[in-house]
Amino acid sequence: MTLRAVPALTIALLLLPIGAGLLGTLLPAFGLLPAIGGQALSLEPWRSLFEAPGLGTAIRLSVSTGLAATLLSLALVLGFCAAAHDTRSFGRMQAALAPILATPHAALAIGFAFLIAPSGWILRLLSPWATGWDRPPDLVTVQDPLGIALVLGLCLKEVPYLLLMTLAALAQVRAAPALAVARTLGYGPVLAWLKVVAPQLWPQLRLPVYAVLAFSLSVVDVALVLGPSNPPTLAVMVVRWFADRDVALWFPAAAGALLQAGIVAGAIALVFGIERLARPIGRSWIFAGRRGGEGAWLARGASVLLALILAASLLAILALAVWSFSGIWRFPDALPQAWSLATWRAQGQALAAPIAATLGLASASTLLALVLVLLCLEAESRFALPPGRGATLILYLPLLLPQIAFLFGLQVVLVRLRLDGMAVAVVWAHLLFVLPYVYLSLADPWRALDPRMLRAAVALGAGPWRCFLAVKLPLLLRPMLAAAAVGFAVSVSLYLPTLFAGAGRIATLTTEAITLAAGSDRRVLGAYALVQAVLPLLVYGTAIALPAWHHRNRAGMSVR
Amino acid sequence: MIRRRHLLGGAAPLAATRARAQTPADPLLALPWAEIVNRARGQRMFFNAWAGDDRTNAFIAWAGEQARARHGITVTHVRLRDTAEAVARVIAEKSAGRDEGGSVDLVWINGPNFLAMKEQRLLFGPVLDRLPNAHFVDRAGKPSTVIDFTVPVEGLAVPWRMAQVVFIHDSARLPAPPRSMQAVLDWARANPGRLTHPNARNFMGVTFLKQALLELAPDAALLQSPVTEGAQRPALAALWDWYDALRPNLWRRGTQFPENGPAQRPLMMDGEIDLFISFNPSEAATAIANGQLPDTARSYVLERGTIGNTSFVAIPYNAANKLAAMVLADLLLSPEAQAHAQDPRVLGNFTVLDLAALAPADRARFEALPRPAATPSNTELGRPLLEPHPSWMTRITTEWERRYVR
Repeated sequence: MTLRAVPALTIALLLLPIGAGLLGTLLPAFGLLPAIGGQALSLEPWRSLFEAPGLGTAIRLSVSTGLAATLLSLALVLGFCAAAHDTRSFGRMQAALAPILATPHAALAIGFAFLIAPSGWILRLLSPWATGWDRPPDLVTVQDPLGIALVLGLCLKEVPYLLLMTLAALAQVRAAPALAVARTLGYGPVLAWLKVVAPQLWPQLRLPVYAVLAFSLSVVDVALVLGPSNPPTLAVMVVRWFADRDVALWFPAAAGALLQAGIVAGAIALVFGIERLARPIGRSWIFAGRRGGEGAWLARGASVLLALILAASLLAILALAVWSFSGIWRFPDALPQAWSLATWRAQGQALAAPIAATLGLASASTLLALVLVLLCLEAESRFALPPGRGATLILYLPLLLPQIAFLFGLQVVLVRLRLDGMAVAVVWAHLLFVLPYVYLSLADPWRALDPRMLRAAVALGAGPWRCFLAVKLPLLLRPMLAAAAVGFAVSVSLYLPTLFAGAGRIATLTTEAITLAAGSDRRVLGAYALVQAVLPLLVYGTAIALPAWHHRNRAGMSVR
Repeated sequence: MIRRRHLLGGAAPLAATRARAQTPADPLLALPWAEIVNRARGQRMFFNAWAGDDRTNAFIAWAGEQARARHGITVTHVRLRDTAEAVARVIAEKSAGRDEGGSVDLVWINGPNFLAMKEQRLLFGPVLDRLPNAHFVDRAGKPSTVIDFTVPVEGLAVPWRMAQVVFIHDSARLPAPPRSMQAVLDWARANPGRLTHPNARNFMGVTFLKQALLELAPDAALLQSPVTEGAQRPALAALWDWYDALRPNLWRRGTQFPENGPAQRPLMMDGEIDLFISFNPSEAATAIANGQLPDTARSYVLERGTIGNTSFVAIPYNAANKLAAMVLADLLLSPEAQAHAQDPRVLGNFTVLDLAALAPADRARFEALPRPAATPSNTELGRPLLEPHPSWMTRITTEWERRYVR
């Protein structure tokens, strides 16, 4: 196969399962699934969908939690950047981000539930001396009917993600000179950032924000842990029906999956509309030229809020660790009565299989993604193929579509092909989500490669492949490993793709932790979630340490 | 509202399948046992079992190790959030035309899930009497080993443990627990927020409602037949009257429910509730030993008795590794595995075997087991009440969702 064909192949690898999956969901949503007796086009699936108890509440919950989580995260991130871009905490925040980004959201959600539950760690630390409670209060903090816990849990993960995306976008914008000019014109630092930098950032932030919105609206694993259950959000409801022994429920479930896709599309359109409306208003706000905007209170407030989010994430992980090593730990003791290795000893063997499956899937999908992305980039530069907007959209497609909208259809196709439950199917399903992230993390460093290096290599007689292997790859070792770490973390965190493509037979740490989260021993759950959190962290650590070691005697390659 | 169309709608389908084996002509059923064990060696099988309880998961892992050590079979526990997932998978495979090489080799099953598979002829067998250890099953003394939720099992599933509803109370906070569902209501009114039950979508949650139904229904005998419009109205009316009065007095005012049975344990451990329902008479003892319940937790049954049933394993008709599944089913039935499961330090589930039929050495395994203070004696447990027909269970869940999920 020629290099020229790789980009097309990659796009096919992404589009084929998504297209087949969407079709496989679309047909049953209109009554067509001959295998289980759906022979004729009908609107019956939609009728039963809209008659389902609690559907209205489920839709309202999905929309309100998804929008709230996205807007809250975005506001926090923009507020923080505006207020703190020239402070020391800005740099520190960057360093604190990576570990949280690497942590799967399921593990964070489980740890967060351990923190904020009425019998959770926070109240244990405050009781009874401050609260007077010797038994947990009858409060609804986790799985609350409004979905507040779900929104906060989503923010834990979305804020670091959006912050990282903003930082990446900032690197593309010449912010410092523009800010300096604005400051000399008398704008305070906050207002200057909002008026001069933010409008330049938005075009690059738009897709990440849409991805966050789509994810928050249709998330299943976090909603299972932190969201209400009676009724749950729409996505959880749909997944429940797909798992029912009465396969007739697949019809309304397929309709529900499409409705979910519609909700995401509608929400994206809404945000796009807001953006359109805001544009003239924002422009006249900027042109009006009002000065001011020292924003000291905003700087402090945004930093404190962000620090709170980071602290909650770290405490959540710590809570997992404490539970996994605890003996008996009753409310309101601040710490376990006794520490014990009993959980780890009892679960050690049971953990081995999901660890192996998680590692295998993540390594395979990441490696595959890395190879494909590198070859795509190489083809791009060798044949001067322009990376069009279309390609970017295709890359974002798996992140913008609700997973449930095409995973069910994909499962139907996989069952037909007898591929369900096979490792190759699950790796492929993971690839859909891993590849975009690997591409997005690698494309910019690739394009930033110093062309003089290549010219020197060519002048010395190196052919294109030798240039690729002996010059580009070693130069790109650091970003390659970083991209691999991102891909690995994404794969570890995937819940629905593993569940559907794996036909339940491939158990990863994420699927196990979510199964246990429904009501198992907190110590066991803590152990599973902790391993799930630690695995990507180890890979992140390696991704940082390995290039440093490899480049130890190359002064020009060391981290600045 | 979403209709459950085909499975449990009416009375008719049951008669159609009665006394008819599902795959009687399968040549595998004619093999001598030694040959079955021999050919099963080296097979990698998938045991689909509800995985919400880590103690049961540990027992399944133990059984898997035994199967590997004794028979060279690799057992993978496919961890289900709900048994229905495995049933749906087999149905999906059947509809995709995959009549062999299916992905579910053995499934832990009973009640509506068993009925659904039996009615749709999705089971391999009759298999029970092909297993050497089936001989010791106490069919006369424990009738639920052959009749599951009023549905004749006909050898299509292999019993592996007994279950009986008990209530677990924290004797430190609640020394004299209520002994009828009516008394439960009176107590909850006086002590709001101290009782909960699992979500009614979960089998344990709907069992709480069935236990009440058995006591409250004007004519409990009707519950032994499939739901009919005539039978359901007075029975369910009595149930919902009672429940409407109870619900506001439940934990979280009846707006939130634990997802399953084991999720109630941490609530008692943290002092959030004083009373909860369980399907395992030894649960209190086992959980105390494991640090999951306070030392003061005790089990008891209601004065008019509690529901009992049996857990089975069954082999789908299209399973890829039927022989290995048969060997594992037999292993679960072996006196050694049964005694291990009955050990209160492991699961504490009572055996399906007839102890009198066992060899003395095997009987001694059971007699050697401790009986902790938190576990009621057999006399205290009394004769278990029969499960209602599975259609009642399905109807109660559907109605509960319609009435209380807003």
